[in-house]
Amino acid sequence: MDHNASVSIRNLYKIFGANPVAALKRVRAGMSKADLMNEHRHVLGLSDINVEMKAGEITVIMGLSGSGKSTLIRHVNRLIEPTAGEILVNGENILDFGEARLRDLRRRQMSMVFQHFALLPHKTVLDNTGMARAVRGEDRAAYEQDARKWLDRVGLGGQESQYPHQLSGGMQQRVGISRALTSNAPIMLMDEAFSALDPLIRTDMQDLLLELQKELHKTIVFISHDLDEALKLADHLVILKDGIVVQQGEPQEILLNPNDPYIVDFISDINRARVLRVRSVMDTSPAEAPSTAGKVDADDTLESVIALSGGDTALSYEVHRDGAHVGFLNMKKLVRALVPMQAAENGM
Amino acid sequence: MATYDFIFNGLGLRDWCDQDATTGPMSMADLLAGSGGGQAEKTMLQSLWELPFPSLDALNQACPAISRSRDLTRGLEESFLNVKDPLKVVLDPITQPLSWVLETALQIFTTTPWWVMLPLLLVLVWVASRSWALMGFVATALGFLLFVDHYTFAMQTMSIIFVCAFLCVVFGVPIGIAMSRSDTMQRISIPILDMLQTLPTFVYLIPLIFLFSVTEPKLYGIAIILYAIVPVIRLTDLGIRLVDKDVIEAAEAFGMTRHQKLVRVQIPLALPNIMAGVNQTIMMSLAMVVIASLVSAPGLGVLVLRGIRNLELGVGLMAGLGIVLLAVILDRVTKAALARVNAAASVPRH
Repeated sequence: MDHNASVSIRNLYKIFGANPVAALKRVRAGMSKADLMNEHRHVLGLSDINVEMKAGEITVIMGLSGSGKSTLIRHVNRLIEPTAGEILVNGENILDFGEARLRDLRRRQMSMVFQHFALLPHKTVLDNTGMARAVRGEDRAAYEQDARKWLDRVGLGGQESQYPHQLSGGMQQRVGISRALTSNAPIMLMDEAFSALDPLIRTDMQDLLLELQKELHKTIVFISHDLDEALKLADHLVILKDGIVVQQGEPQEILLNPNDPYIVDFISDINRARVLRVRSVMDTSPAEAPSTAGKVDADDTLESVIALSGGDTALSYEVHRDGAHVGFLNMKKLVRALVPMQAAENGM
Repeated sequence: MATYDFIFNGLGLRDWCDQDATTGPMSMADLLAGSGGGQAEKTMLQSLWELPFPSLDALNQACPAISRSRDLTRGLEESFLNVKDPLKVVLDPITQPLSWVLETALQIFTTTPWWVMLPLLLVLVWVASRSWALMGFVATALGFLLFVDHYTFAMQTMSIIFVCAFLCVVFGVPIGIAMSRSDTMQRISIPILDMLQTLPTFVYLIPLIFLFSVTEPKLYGIAIILYAIVPVIRLTDLGIRLVDKDVIEAAEAFGMTRHQKLVRVQIPLALPNIMAGVNQTIMMSLAMVVIASLVSAPGLGVLVLRGIRNLELGVGLMAGLGIVLLAVILDRVTKAALARVNAAASVPRH
């Protein structure tokens, strides 16, 4: 099976209403979402979306409710048909697919995890886990071993014969994840997968997902309305507002150089020390090598470096990645990076 | 002079009106009034007070060429009688198996000795409900019917209900599924179901009596099925439409075909509603089987009918009690089965 599936979305528009094609012409001519709603009773769901979801990466699409993020993820497996645009999976436009090919794509290339779990209430945990494989026509013997393996992996070993309603929310979502993993599909779509869970369980699940991703390298599309979650998981972060991509890129980059007041607003509340990494604020080639107080890893958080320095801003550290020297970290610069407004002023 | 003469005179249709007149007394009252001699002159105010609606009868008085309402009902009857024969050629062979099935079931239920039938029914109750208490109740109730010599009648009623309710499920569930899949189908079906449900039960019987001979079991079979099939159709449609949208979306996201979705998701999740429909269907079959005794359906209904016809109060009451017992048995057993289905697919979500 191809484990290097990529998804790219190009010039995607989605308009809800009686005559989306006519509305599309107006949008392309520059009509705004509000005008379209007031004058023509059409809802502009997504407008000119261009996103590259690279193979083996976690792409997080973040936005508040109504921003179109759930609509967007449903385009990737065509649960929703776009008004215009292209959706390429491994270079093929899936909008050209007929019913049979689309079904095959959903069965073999993609799996999905849902906000409200969407397990079959009349099937056991084991049957739910093997659902994707059973749908393909495999019999239980073919998938049972895999299903048990993944249930063990997500911490549900021994619960195989339970029914979903006997499990807590967090456990049900573990079933949801093991169902997606058992399908062996290279692309995983996660629609607010952790939003319905308690904060502590949510953190657990995020760690579980990162741990699994380290060895599986699936192409994951993750929807979230929670910035902390998005920053924690994302390799590539897409921020959506009113159906438009406001900014996308590496999360650290967005954090340090927000290009829109909306994002500045958004990121003003988060704990930057915990999210920012050494690699984002280090100097790769300073004029002169400073005297260093020690070594830190490029992927360490600023919080851990502050703890290491004991709060002394006069120090500098040598930055390493995989044992190789990559740059220097100045504590003064580190502290400046913690102030969001400064970054905002620079960026705008 | 009739009230609406001026219309036809004004339109110059007088000749046409008088050309092919349908005359004759309108009703018995008219006939009597006619023999009573000419009517007294009325004042202007009185005639306005009694202004008739321009109905068929009133227009006929002014213009005899227009038909009267009694011609309408007669026309309805005649047109039905005209299509009756061709309709019968088609319907008779199609519905013939129903007669065979009903006859066979009656045969089996009434000729099997009570000491075989009783344990069989009790086993059925156990399979459906897994409840000793209910089994005890059914044993007592059937024992009572045996004791007062109403057992054969009760079994006749039971056999008709078994056949009709089974056929209702066989036809009703697929119709309900079709309705849940297509809004057009639902729009077409709902008025028909409404009509079947609200039409007075006796009105069903009238066209059926014309179509089939009263001695054929299929006559009452069709009447019972038409009346009792409604709830199972409605609740199948409703049950499938109520299936959690999230689960349906998951089924689609994992690439289920329409058929897989139906068999693996929709029907299992709609099962509690479908079972509730089956329970209603069985109860309605029982209600109809009593009325169907008017058209030669055997069973407890015959005794009730005898009670009414001959004013034999005791016979009527006793048969009524038997029907109540059957109703309670059927209701409790199907409800117990429903409760088991609900427990298996217990659905607290989110």
